[in-house]
Amino acid sequence: MRIGIPRALYYYRYGALWKTFFSSLGCEVVVSPKTDRAILQSGIHYAIDESCLSAKIYLGHVAWLLGKCDLIFVPRMADMGRDKEFCLKFRALPDVVYNTFRTENVRLVTCDIAVRSGDSEMKAFAELGKKLGFKKQQVFNAYLLAKQAEQQAQAENTRKLEAALAKDDLKVLVSGHAYNIYDDYIGRPVMDAIRANHALPIPSDWVDRDSAWQSGGELTDTMPWMVNRELAGAAVQLRGKVDGIVLLSSFSCGPDSMTDEIMNRRLKNIPILTMTLDGQDGTAGMETRIESFVDILHLRKDGTVCL
Amino acid sequence: MPVSKYRQPLPQNCKISFPQFASYGIAMEHLIQKGLGMTYVMPPRMTRHTLELGARYAPDSVCAPFKLNLGCFLECIDEGADTLIQTGGTCRLGYYGELHEQILRDMGKDVRFVNFAECDFSHPKTFVDEFRELKPDLDLKRFSAAAVETVRMVNAIDEVDALFRRRIGFAEDPKAMEAIRTNWLRQLRLADGIKQIELLRKATVRLLESQKVNMPKHPIRVGVVGEFFTVMDPFSNHDIEYELAHMGVLVDRWMDMSNCMYHYRSRKMLPRIKEYAHYNMGATAMATIDAALHYAKSGFDGIIHVKSAGCTPEIDAIPALQNISADYHVPILYLSFDTQTSETGLNTRLEAFYDMISMRKQAHK
Repeated sequence: MRIGIPRALYYYRYGALWKTFFSSLGCEVVVSPKTDRAILQSGIHYAIDESCLSAKIYLGHVAWLLGKCDLIFVPRMADMGRDKEFCLKFRALPDVVYNTFRTENVRLVTCDIAVRSGDSEMKAFAELGKKLGFKKQQVFNAYLLAKQAEQQAQAENTRKLEAALAKDDLKVLVSGHAYNIYDDYIGRPVMDAIRANHALPIPSDWVDRDSAWQSGGELTDTMPWMVNRELAGAAVQLRGKVDGIVLLSSFSCGPDSMTDEIMNRRLKNIPILTMTLDGQDGTAGMETRIESFVDILHLRKDGTVCL
Repeated sequence: MPVSKYRQPLPQNCKISFPQFASYGIAMEHLIQKGLGMTYVMPPRMTRHTLELGARYAPDSVCAPFKLNLGCFLECIDEGADTLIQTGGTCRLGYYGELHEQILRDMGKDVRFVNFAECDFSHPKTFVDEFRELKPDLDLKRFSAAAVETVRMVNAIDEVDALFRRRIGFAEDPKAMEAIRTNWLRQLRLADGIKQIELLRKATVRLLESQKVNMPKHPIRVGVVGEFFTVMDPFSNHDIEYELAHMGVLVDRWMDMSNCMYHYRSRKMLPRIKEYAHYNMGATAMATIDAALHYAKSGFDGIIHVKSAGCTPEIDAIPALQNISADYHVPILYLSFDTQTSETGLNTRLEAFYDMISMRKQAHK
């Protein structure tokens, strides 16, 4: 069986888990290629105009997978507990994909993660395996291996963070959803621009998720979104260790429209650049902003300017 | 540091306010004044100024209700309110309170802020705790009696509004009908106890029904669906229901507070809409799809989808609505409201939609 996974949205968060789960069950996993202009264009074509850019990219990846696999994996993710909610986009994702590609006879396989309503991740994956026709024991074996792979990926990130913090370079925390930071078409140019200006970009997901979520509580009381809480927590943990923060959002992101504001208002004594990725061609505007921001950070570090 | 850490103790007689939302301010006033025995500052009628004020201090890309609420808070403070209330919710609404409070603090506004987003829906006691924060010596018996009356008030407001909506477009004397409604809301503010609320409601319903209407045999029927705040709040949606009624359209809207309270259940709705949605998308998106499908099946001539710009759950409902539109051959007009929406552009679209559905109706005769 060939399972298609769109290389977008939470692939960048749960990719190791998903891929290992399916391949341990003996499924062939097809991941769509890195985002390019064609995928973005097709996403824009299929998506509702007002959707956020990241969701548009997602639909572009789904479109790429049509006809290349038996089933496309689109999970529904509501929450992982109190104050661990996902953006509502992830609750609607299977239905959005189904309704958008109805005429293309899209075949989806989905699972429902909604911890507050009693559907834990383990239960969701057990049902997913059942839907695909595997035996219970097989499914749990695969899930266990998948969780191990997820932890390894997280440990790898922690190592990267330690190595980065040990360096003398100018460090910039890039605070944003992993699916924006690591996206080849919209996020990577920003990371490249930071590097080109002799600074070390540190993606916020290098900070351990659980500890970041905990630290998020120091900045905000009622923030309902898990990932945004982690972003806030990563900034809290690293604010003394990095020279500046870039808040990276995709255009018309719902949660970020509010959490960027709260971070700007509450994180004191550190320069912050708020940047919105709009998926337009041409990176000159972005490069100029990054260049001037990093320049200021360099001057600030040398003690030439006081901010 | 979370804002709530530097909360001051409550002054004895504080003036409480809550952002304006359709006509429900009357019910909120009742709850605060009768249930807590405190003063309520009725927010001034929302105007362009409210919106501009909110938009000036709110983040750019946040949804319009956030900006309106913020503008409303600022106007309430000018009216003397010193304690503000914000609710929680499953969408961005769940974070409104904390950001509103932060913005007001940064503006130097010295107000108390009670944020119901701190409550846990699975623990109803946390709601009482929140009210205790407003009034430490809360009389639970008195408060629950007032809460029951408040709910009844909301139901009554919704019932009268639904009747008004159905008839106003065909009234022989629309002015008289509007006067009945205005008077109803004015009198309801003075009502004390369930009996009075009921008597007023019955009298108003009778008055509205006694008004002459010239209803054609097959009127043009339009169902209005969409996002919780914008679809219910006439200021937010430029009162499109009123505009439609004046074109001679029978307007129906499922979404109101009462229906949300009693009939918004996944278990009931998901089986009905299983062709278009398998999961609850959050906020009011499921109700939007359910109501739209109901209108489509009942042979309505058109559907209007109303939301604030960028509203995620409603955006995610649109692909389902598009399929409903294709399957049942019913036109849907999609309207997004933000702080820039122009009256002229909106009216042109409404008129064009009306022309189209009325021509279709002629052709199908």
